[in-house]
Amino acid sequence: MAHLSNFCLLAVVLINFFCLGSARLGACIQAVALQGALLALLPLSEHGFSGHTLFLAFAAFAMKGGFIPWLLFRAIREVRIQREVQPIIGFVPTLILGALTTAAAFIFADYLPLLPQHHDSLFIPVSLATLGTGFLLLITRLKAITQVLGYLVLENGIFIFGILLSEAMPLMVEAGVLLDLLVGVFVMGIVLNQINREFSSLNTERLSALRE
Amino acid sequence: MLQLLLHLLVLLLFAPLMLGVITKTKAWFAGRIGAPLLQPYWDLLRLWKKGFVFSRTTTWVFRAGPVVGLVIPILAALLIPFGALSAPFSFNGDLILFVYLFGLSRFFTAAAALDTGSSFEGMGAVREVTFSCLAEPTVLFGLIVLARLSDGLALQNLLGPHLSQAWLTMSAPLGLVVVCLLIVVLVENSRIPFDDPNTHLELTMIHEVMVLDHSGPALGMILYGAAMKMMVLGALVVRLVLPLNTGMLWLDLLIFLGGELLLAVLIGVIESIMARLRMPRIPQMLIGTTLLSAFALVLTLR
Repeated sequence: MAHLSNFCLLAVVLINFFCLGSARLGACIQAVALQGALLALLPLSEHGFSGHTLFLAFAAFAMKGGFIPWLLFRAIREVRIQREVQPIIGFVPTLILGALTTAAAFIFADYLPLLPQHHDSLFIPVSLATLGTGFLLLITRLKAITQVLGYLVLENGIFIFGILLSEAMPLMVEAGVLLDLLVGVFVMGIVLNQINREFSSLNTERLSALRE
Repeated sequence: MLQLLLHLLVLLLFAPLMLGVITKTKAWFAGRIGAPLLQPYWDLLRLWKKGFVFSRTTTWVFRAGPVVGLVIPILAALLIPFGALSAPFSFNGDLILFVYLFGLSRFFTAAAALDTGSSFEGMGAVREVTFSCLAEPTVLFGLIVLARLSDGLALQNLLGPHLSQAWLTMSAPLGLVVVCLLIVVLVENSRIPFDDPNTHLELTMIHEVMVLDHSGPALGMILYGAAMKMMVLGALVVRLVLPLNTGMLWLDLLIFLGGELLLAVLIGVIESIMARLRMPRIPQMLIGTTLLSAFALVLTLR
């Protein structure tokens, strides 16, 4: 089973790189949805089948892989966003920054005081790398909807981290996190609609310019 | 000696078949019957029967291009094991020679293209050199990862029988290396997402534009060399994906050739379901694969 989770985590890293380098909004959303769906496999492969892990896997799959991407696609359709993602710094610099963060995450994870059974696994470094990718997506993209994507990737990183603790953590906490995420995306969708109604573009840079 | 002959015979006879399989796969995807599988052989024969035509502005450099393009893949093939068949020549550090042999062939092709003095050919040479210099770090990083997993710097050791063990313990970096090398095979052989071997629109051509002025046997040599190059570079991917050693010569050979055919089918599928990348996206993609293979190296080093 360690094989399956390693494969999933590797795919998560690949999707991180894809999100950082891709210029298409639709492809990015699909990639993030795939990432969420892959993450749903992790609790099962790491802790075996039980009511707890099955619920967690199912909830994660439905939310991250199905419902939230559907909401995002709907938001794109409603607000009629152009398909290009606008970066503040170019795609290649973001990719390189992403690779540096990933490498740093791997190096940093070796120095953490972890339990011996977690020391060689990919969980911690991949979760740190995914967190970093989420931050980068949040920082470097101008359009509001891509920032929502960054937020989702960030949450995926936290989810990976949480899987290691999922035995100890009560179900309510995880359900709460997933609900938070959903509410976050909902709010962002409403905000997007509002921005779209008030201004002609969804470029968040214009929001910081105050005017009468 | 027998082994050397077998190695060369497999390379020389089998290489054009891969092109045939690719066109057949693409035709099948498009719902056509397509050219027969052996069409590349007939094409090569037809080109060989024609006469040479040389422009008066060209020099010996133009003539050297196709020859080098034909000889280099044969030389490179001698360094690489075909599946479980060991390489005829092997020494420590031959992976550097392997990578730069292709660099040499690229230099001569680009020089021959520049020698014609045509502006289109110069443009193609610029693109080819740019993209392949971005693809080179990917190959080197990938080979370094393999070197780290094995205990030698010869391709024979890198692609040795330990790979099937390594897949169990180090599947993550090996998987990344396979993805990167597959992309390199596509780039180096000017295949779709990166370049279209059948296009004849000057603004989008990369490799084809460099060989526009070659005709007859020279063009045949280039096509033959390209087919062999695909087989030699594909051998890396095939060996990584199918690291089986049965010990029986014919079975090993069959596994290798079957792997190459599967690779050709895969390339055909990729060409059928993907559109070409826009020109500015290609360097981004290649830098992405370089970073991926560097990341694979980080994974093996930890």
